[in-house]
Amino acid sequence: MKYFINWHVAPKEPQINMKQLFAFIRKEFYHVFRDKRTLLILFGLPVVQIVLFGFALSSEVKNIGISIFDNAHDNNSEQIINRIKTSSYFLLKDPVISYNEIEERFKEGSIKCAVIFPANFSNDLSHFGKAEIQIITDGSDPNTATILVNYLSAIISSYQSQLKPAQGISYQIIPQVRQLYNVEQNGSLNFIPGVIALIFMIVSTALTSVSIVKEKELGTMEILLVSPLKPIMVLIAKAVPYLVLSIINFIIILALSVYLLDVHIKGSLALIFFESIIFIITCLSLGLLISNVTNNQQTAMLISMMGMMLPTILFTGFMFPIENMPVIFQIISHIIPSSYYYIIIKAVMLKGLGFSYVWKETLILTGMAVFLLTIALKNFKIRLT
Amino acid sequence: MNPKAIVCKDLTKKFGDFKAVDHISFDVEQGEIFGFLGANGAGKTTAMRMLCGLSFPSSGSATVAGFDVFRQQEKIKASIGYMSQKFSLYENLTVSENIQFYGGVYGLSRSEIKQRGEEMVSTLGLKNEAKKLVGELPLGWKQKLAFSVAIFHRPKIVFLDEPTGGVDPITRRQFWDLIYEAASTGITVFVTTHYMDEAEYCKRISVMVDGRVEALDTPANLKKEYNTHSMDEVFYQLARRAQRTAD
Repeated sequence: MKYFINWHVAPKEPQINMKQLFAFIRKEFYHVFRDKRTLLILFGLPVVQIVLFGFALSSEVKNIGISIFDNAHDNNSEQIINRIKTSSYFLLKDPVISYNEIEERFKEGSIKCAVIFPANFSNDLSHFGKAEIQIITDGSDPNTATILVNYLSAIISSYQSQLKPAQGISYQIIPQVRQLYNVEQNGSLNFIPGVIALIFMIVSTALTSVSIVKEKELGTMEILLVSPLKPIMVLIAKAVPYLVLSIINFIIILALSVYLLDVHIKGSLALIFFESIIFIITCLSLGLLISNVTNNQQTAMLISMMGMMLPTILFTGFMFPIENMPVIFQIISHIIPSSYYYIIIKAVMLKGLGFSYVWKETLILTGMAVFLLTIALKNFKIRLT
Repeated sequence: MNPKAIVCKDLTKKFGDFKAVDHISFDVEQGEIFGFLGANGAGKTTAMRMLCGLSFPSSGSATVAGFDVFRQQEKIKASIGYMSQKFSLYENLTVSENIQFYGGVYGLSRSEIKQRGEEMVSTLGLKNEAKKLVGELPLGWKQKLAFSVAIFHRPKIVFLDEPTGGVDPITRRQFWDLIYEAASTGITVFVTTHYMDEAEYCKRISVMVDGRVEALDTPANLKKEYNTHSMDEVFYQLARRAQRTAD
């Protein structure tokens, strides 16, 4: 009988004790809110990044000086010039009357682009269905030059298609992909998904790893290990606050993008959140993993920054197009979780695509999260015994 | 039940060929203050880690608070307290936040934490400092607070790993008053130290040399055995035999 009673009295220990977990999570929040440096990184960084990428580093081109040398002076050329004039990208300078004048203006730097209509422009167009326009750009700034050519091509091709939609098209102008989804040519759009990925890397990966390593450095980790806390609880308690903070950060970035940079979120917000949480978990796992292999805060910070953030900037495609990279870098970009997240968010947020378009990337990202989390958990346990 | 707080038999920890702890055997009585001495690298920390359920022994057997170190590590952890030479408290948390945290981690209820916490703070004379960050307190107070937090959940045994490093003899004396008080309530105290005056405060002490327990007795008996008047001399004679270099 006694045995029976004892058997019943002995409480079965649950794997996760909520009371312990809450006490631990509350402590973690105290740490975060008392450390000014962490707070600054947490909430200062997203704002700075958004403003920096949105405004300063914008590849958007506006009010660019342009000169037009119109030898045709006919209805067609005038209509095209009007379209150029009314677009906000160009600032039409006084008309020129010679090639030399164009060259002068390029040298002065007052224009970055010139358009020359040949004398027989309309004639060619109506007789041969084909006419030429010369576009000259300032090659010393190749990025701007490319963008300007694209803008002009778009303007001309839209006029062209309107002019004679039934007949053959004179120039085969393929508009840039970006224009497809970014009609208003808002240059900050492309950066937003990249910046979000970057912020998650910093908050979830760097701060999580630092917060665990800090306990090792101070010697408080020992106390946690001697306590009845299960290792998994230590990991959860460390990860939960940064998961919450990452989500808050994410909302701040989205709000800044929408209200400050006029970004239109095309896709489902729920899907964006869902994908983001998967990515945050991937980042958290990376952070836990880093904290398992390092013993001081500097190393943890360095690995997170150099090993995680730099590849995110370089190889996710939001700064430099991956297609133009050497094969080895393209391979690297395929093993970086943030490049998949970048693809997903770009597709959902900017193109308004649904889950059926990004399920493959989602699957890869989920796989990475599970893989990293498993290793992190395993290593943490081994270290205990 | 088992009247002994700790029973250790041929406990061994090997790292490859290196025997960090080499067949140590000893018993610790309930409510005893047991000094665990040894030069750096003698294997004290490794032995203590095994007893705290942090590390699996390679061979031998041991029970702590009646629980087996191989199979019942979780139960051991729930019945011991621990304070290390580094700080056991969070410096950027206040005194009461630290108490709440440890109370929560050891599964105490909110009302228990509140009641015991108030009691503890007033016993330590820290009532006015309860809302201060621990980092702002003087070292001696931090250590007293750390000890009180380590026994906050009323463990059967408390392990102290060089608890009084870096404080003056008067504060150390006060610290030992707390230890005596805890022992008088039946808590077993297992303490490592480098200070020989502290060794004298212990009921019994063991001295580890090269992973083995070379001596184990009351301070008075040890002094008699080694024919000297100071524990310093006893320790020196024993530690001199060491073959290993400290790490």
